[in-house]
Amino acid sequence: MYDAVNTEQSVQQTETKISARNVQVYYGDTHAIKDVDVDIADKTVTAFIGPSGCGKSTFLRCLNRMNDTIDICRVEGRIELDGEDIYDPKVDPVQLRAKVGMVFQKPNPFPKSIYDNIAYGPRIHGMARNKAELDEIVERALRRGAIWDEVKDRLDAPGTGLSGGQQQRLCIARAVATEPEVLLMDEPCSALDPIATAQVEELIDELRQNYSVVIVTHSMQQAARVSQKTAFFHLGNLVEFGDTSQIFTNPEDPRTESYITGRIG
Amino acid sequence: MTDAANTPAPSDMTPAKGSLHVLDARTKKRNAAEARFRIYGLSAVVIGLVFLVVLLTTILSNGVGAFQQTFISAQVYLDPAKLDKKGERDIEDIKKVSTFGYTPLIQQALFDKVQELGVETPLDSAKDMKALISASAAAIVRDEVIANPDLIGQTVEFRLLAASRVDGYLKGRVTREAVARDKNIDAEHLDLVDALREAGVIAKGFNLSFITGADASESRPEQAGLGVSMLGSFFMMLVVLALSLPIGVAASIYLEEFAPKNRLTDIIEVNISNLAAVPSIVFGILGLAVFIQFMHLPQSAPLVGGLVLTLMTLPTIIISTRASLKAVPPSIRDAALGVGASKMQSVFHHVLPLAMPGILTGTIIGLAQALGETAPLLLIGMVGYIATNYPDGLAGGFVDPNSAMPAQIYEWAKRADPAYYERAWGGIIILLVFLMTMNIIAILLRRRFERRW
Repeated sequence: MYDAVNTEQSVQQTETKISARNVQVYYGDTHAIKDVDVDIADKTVTAFIGPSGCGKSTFLRCLNRMNDTIDICRVEGRIELDGEDIYDPKVDPVQLRAKVGMVFQKPNPFPKSIYDNIAYGPRIHGMARNKAELDEIVERALRRGAIWDEVKDRLDAPGTGLSGGQQQRLCIARAVATEPEVLLMDEPCSALDPIATAQVEELIDELRQNYSVVIVTHSMQQAARVSQKTAFFHLGNLVEFGDTSQIFTNPEDPRTESYITGRIG
Repeated sequence: MTDAANTPAPSDMTPAKGSLHVLDARTKKRNAAEARFRIYGLSAVVIGLVFLVVLLTTILSNGVGAFQQTFISAQVYLDPAKLDKKGERDIEDIKKVSTFGYTPLIQQALFDKVQELGVETPLDSAKDMKALISASAAAIVRDEVIANPDLIGQTVEFRLLAASRVDGYLKGRVTREAVARDKNIDAEHLDLVDALREAGVIAKGFNLSFITGADASESRPEQAGLGVSMLGSFFMMLVVLALSLPIGVAASIYLEEFAPKNRLTDIIEVNISNLAAVPSIVFGILGLAVFIQFMHLPQSAPLVGGLVLTLMTLPTIIISTRASLKAVPPSIRDAALGVGASKMQSVFHHVLPLAMPGILTGTIIGLAQALGETAPLLLIGMVGYIATNYPDGLAGGFVDPNSAMPAQIYEWAKRADPAYYERAWGGIIILLVFLMTMNIIAILLRRRFERRW
């Protein structure tokens, strides 16, 4: 199986952004992630699919060390970003998270103005020297989040006053404002209606040009629509990883096939 | 499928024959239970309201009198022969004349007034006027003369405090029946009071000095005021606010956001909750042992009172702050961490502002609790007849012996003279006004912070 993965990589000739080797995650005594090896390519959308509780969100949160905030969570193995171990004691998770942005399941804008929502990250990272630069960053981020046209006239309005879909795009814009290299999305459309979902999916496709995007989703149609690579997780194991087209049309593992056809999950 | 196992077979079931318009027995029982519960609840609320109304009307009817005081207007001739024998208007000489020098002048002035009005009375000497005038009147006139020595030799109009029995007579507290057993005043004096009242010499007026004045000795209730102990309370509250808010908020933030969750923090958490329930007098004796006996801080000082009340208020503030920190949705923390904020940035930029209304409300409730606290003050000597004067300046406010509002009220309620009883109720009114103001501020702050988004 891993050979297959490697062949895929070499065939596509894409640069590996994140490489995980032999990753184990424990919540207290529970072994939540077992022996996961995966290579996430740059400028590609990688989808993690699998039934609830299979560990896909947990693994996603390992990639920017959000699991550090959970006391009982323990991560073993090696995860490299551009060849550097992100769990090295010298690595400050704060610096890592500036490089690996995250969008959450439920839209969670700060209870501040739209402008401040976007400007917060650039401000704390000292990315702008003056107001004009900050304005520029905010506009660029909102344009990348495909929400600029809707909010440009009311940047002072509270971000929490937007609709669910707009809030989620605002959160995506907020994540890209800090110029990350990788964007992690944890079921970004699960709280959205189909129209908002379509807008976000379109946005994800555009973001692929600049970032490596990793998306966790429960919707297999969504995985098929937006991703180029798909990883199928089951009971904490990475069962299969490969080109999306291949996973959905010709899965190698019987478990993948059962899940995709709706027999397990 | 599983349902079939639990319910009887269809053939055993009594078919639903009742109409929807007829209540079956179970429904009737349920509705009756609900109706009974509503009645219990409603009656509990009504009983509570009745007690509240009784309490407030009692307080008001007993205490309003303290805000009125009886005054005597008199034209006092400030006789140079008595007040400044050398006639040099030297302030040091004038100061040598004690209040005993002034008393006869005031009595004479009132007696002259009685003569002038032609009131028929068996009281035929100036000395007989003594029972009508407060012992503090001479001090008032003396202070005025010392402040302004040029008045000597003139006849000046003064508004002097009447004696507390006269005040009580005008307010209906002192009756003619009671006077028979009273050595301080008799029926002839009351007749004279009636006549002077008709002539407008004796009248009730608003009693500002009850709000601003100092406590007075046991025999002069008419002079006693809450002002100095109000300052005592004010300085204590400054200490409490300056210490308990930063310490309490910092402790809660650390415990809630940074501290590892282990056995030690569990023990600390339980103990903070327990501390909130510790009787306040325990804090009092702790303060006595630590702050006064060990650290040798001054006794009866608002500084010590403030420190003791800080210890008492901290658990309240910590508990309410932690509750409001907990109430901030974790998604906000995730969002902040997700864009690369440090733990501290996420707490101070996002969590704390959202928790602010709760923190402020908790703090003000804690302060209000501390403001009304009496027991710990008894043990550190902030009770009793302590304060006779205003503290000197800001530093003095913290270390000079003083009392506090509730301790002053307790002290008044303890004194024998019924005039002090009235003042105790009046003090309660002032205390309640303060507490109500603080609660209103808490509500307004809450609204203001919440309305921002």
